[in-house]
Amino acid sequence: MKLLVNFSRGKGRKPIIAQVVRDTGVLINVERALIDSSEGEALIEVPDEQCKLVRDSMANLGANVRILEHGIHHDESECIDCGACISVCPREVFTFDEEWKLNVEEEKCILCGKCIDACPHRALSLPL
Amino acid sequence: MHKTIEQIHERIRDGNARVVTAEEMPAIVAELGEKGALKEVDVVTTGTFGAMCSSGAFLNFGHAEPPIRMERIWLNNVEAYGGLAAVDTYIGATQQSDTLEAEYGGAHVLEDLVAGKSVELRASSHGTDCYPRRTITTDLLLENLNQAIMCNPRNAYQRYNAATNTTDRTLHTYMGTLLPGTGNISYSGAGVLNPISNDPQFRLIGSGVPIFLCGAPGMIVGEGTQASPAGGFGTLMVTGDLKQMSQDYLRAATMTGYGVTLYVGLGVPLPVLDLDVVRATAVRDEDIRVDILDYSVPGRSRPTVKNVTYAELRSGMVDINGEEVRTSSLSSYRKAREVAQELKSWVEKGSIRLTLPTRPIDTTKQAHPIHQTTPGPRVLDIMCRSVITVSENEEITTAAKKLLKGEANHLPVVNGNGVLVGIVTTFDISKAVANPGKAHLVRDIMKKKVITATADESVDIAVQKLEQNNISALPVIDHQQHVIAILTAMDLGKLFGGRWLK
Ligand code: SF4
Ligand code: SF4
Repeated sequence: MKLLVNFSRGKGRKPIIAQVVRDTGVLINVERALIDSSEGEALIEVPDEQCKLVRDSMANLGANVRILEHGIHHDESECIDCGACISVCPREVFTFDEEWKLNVEEEKCILCGKCIDACPHRALSLPL
Repeated sequence: MHKTIEQIHERIRDGNARVVTAEEMPAIVAELGEKGALKEVDVVTTGTFGAMCSSGAFLNFGHAEPPIRMERIWLNNVEAYGGLAAVDTYIGATQQSDTLEAEYGGAHVLEDLVAGKSVELRASSHGTDCYPRRTITTDLLLENLNQAIMCNPRNAYQRYNAATNTTDRTLHTYMGTLLPGTGNISYSGAGVLNPISNDPQFRLIGSGVPIFLCGAPGMIVGEGTQASPAGGFGTLMVTGDLKQMSQDYLRAATMTGYGVTLYVGLGVPLPVLDLDVVRATAVRDEDIRVDILDYSVPGRSRPTVKNVTYAELRSGMVDINGEEVRTSSLSSYRKAREVAQELKSWVEKGSIRLTLPTRPIDTTKQAHPIHQTTPGPRVLDIMCRSVITVSENEEITTAAKKLLKGEANHLPVVNGNGVLVGIVTTFDISKAVANPGKAHLVRDIMKKKVITATADESVDIAVQKLEQNNISALPVIDHQQHVIAILTAMDLGKLFGGRWLK
């Protein structure tokens, strides 16, 4: 399961993710992270059954945690199956099937947003 | 042996014609041989579906009471051409909305009309004795127009060079998003299904030939603009009735950072008359080659990174200098297939009648660049030649004095041979003075990565460098990397002094 973690880095710059790994023993996979001097956002992947544990420990450390149930949203009615999105996605979410129809493996998506501007038909958007 | 158009018509009428798509043809020729294929196949249908920027439509609104001679015209805030009296206009696909800019344009107006949506017409005039009305605003549906005739000056490119980007930043081009460091390759075109690639000698493709255009029966007007068939880059001018078109084959699009364009579905039926037609339509993706160009060069002479076939591009990966680079298509192969399939059913049903060109297209033509009588402003026209430089081994205080004396903010740094090695700004020096530390010499504080210009470079390119790098000066260097001048944001003001904007 994917979790989007937002934290401010005011109080002593605690290494939240490392702390949670140590406290819970759950191995956390950091898919992407954007951290500047005052705040940070990380997209992490954890095993489904330990999701709640990780979420609660992070929340206890002051982080704002959101479970991401969906990857990129693909609007089939706008899509013309060009494939412009295929090569810009770092996670190979998009492929063609044998009929040259776009196949979207939403669960691989890390919501980096790169494909959104690359789609000439505005068929891709972040999930609500 | 050869067949005539009449014989093919007869077979279509009798329901005996064999119509195949250009994708099926290579295998048929491989199996039956050229003579066998000529006997077997009567018509080959082609198809393409991709961004065709040079597209648009003539519209006639009919007269109002009192009547108006429309001089400026907007459809959903997208300006249309006002130079056709009195209630005619041409709406071009890439024209952008005055309010929504790149998110809505002429292409969207066309798609909205085809989708049955209403579009707001706004027009103005200075008023004449015969056309007293000065303004009009009204909502229109496609069915309210007397005529809506698509006429696209440049469609159906025979093939198109692919694009990549060797710079270290993402480029947004009409070839889509190009990732830095040769991060991807973008291409366009239907390859094996492309109409002209199946008739590169233009024996069957020419004026008057009926085609599939955006789901409607259309026609080839003739040679397209910028056609360069001698070099394998033919284009077609085509026309068709917008009122019969379908959104399935006509889609507006926006290339981020570039603008609006129209995706057009276009197919040409090719009657299989003789062995030459068989050979031409047996073309495969493997036989159609294009260059992958490096779009890092913002000029016409973009270097070729590699020459590849459509088969390689379509495989999803191309090897560039030992690295597998992923490819993306801008045009839709799936849709191109649908066009060829749909056209195939039209031919089988006899709802499109095949004809030979009434006027041939000149296959020896080659497009030329613009004939430029006044060159645009170049860096040498506005650069500041009294540039002061500093040696990398000077004290920082010397540099500070030079900056003060020259009333400059940028000081190019040179080595003992006068070669540019860095740049320092007033900011760098203030910083060094405010935090005195180990740094004493200019070379300790200079920026080593210097963005430069050359004297004969276009000012527009220099401006782009300033903007992209968020800097305000470019040292101008010669071939030996010697600093001959400097171009600052201030020098750009000279452009507006009336010298170039007369
Ligand atoms: S958001 Fe990023 S990871 Fe998700 S599909 Fe788009 S490019 Fe791929
Ligand atoms: S870029 Fe957009 S239109 Fe093209 S295949 Fe991807 S989602 Fe579909």
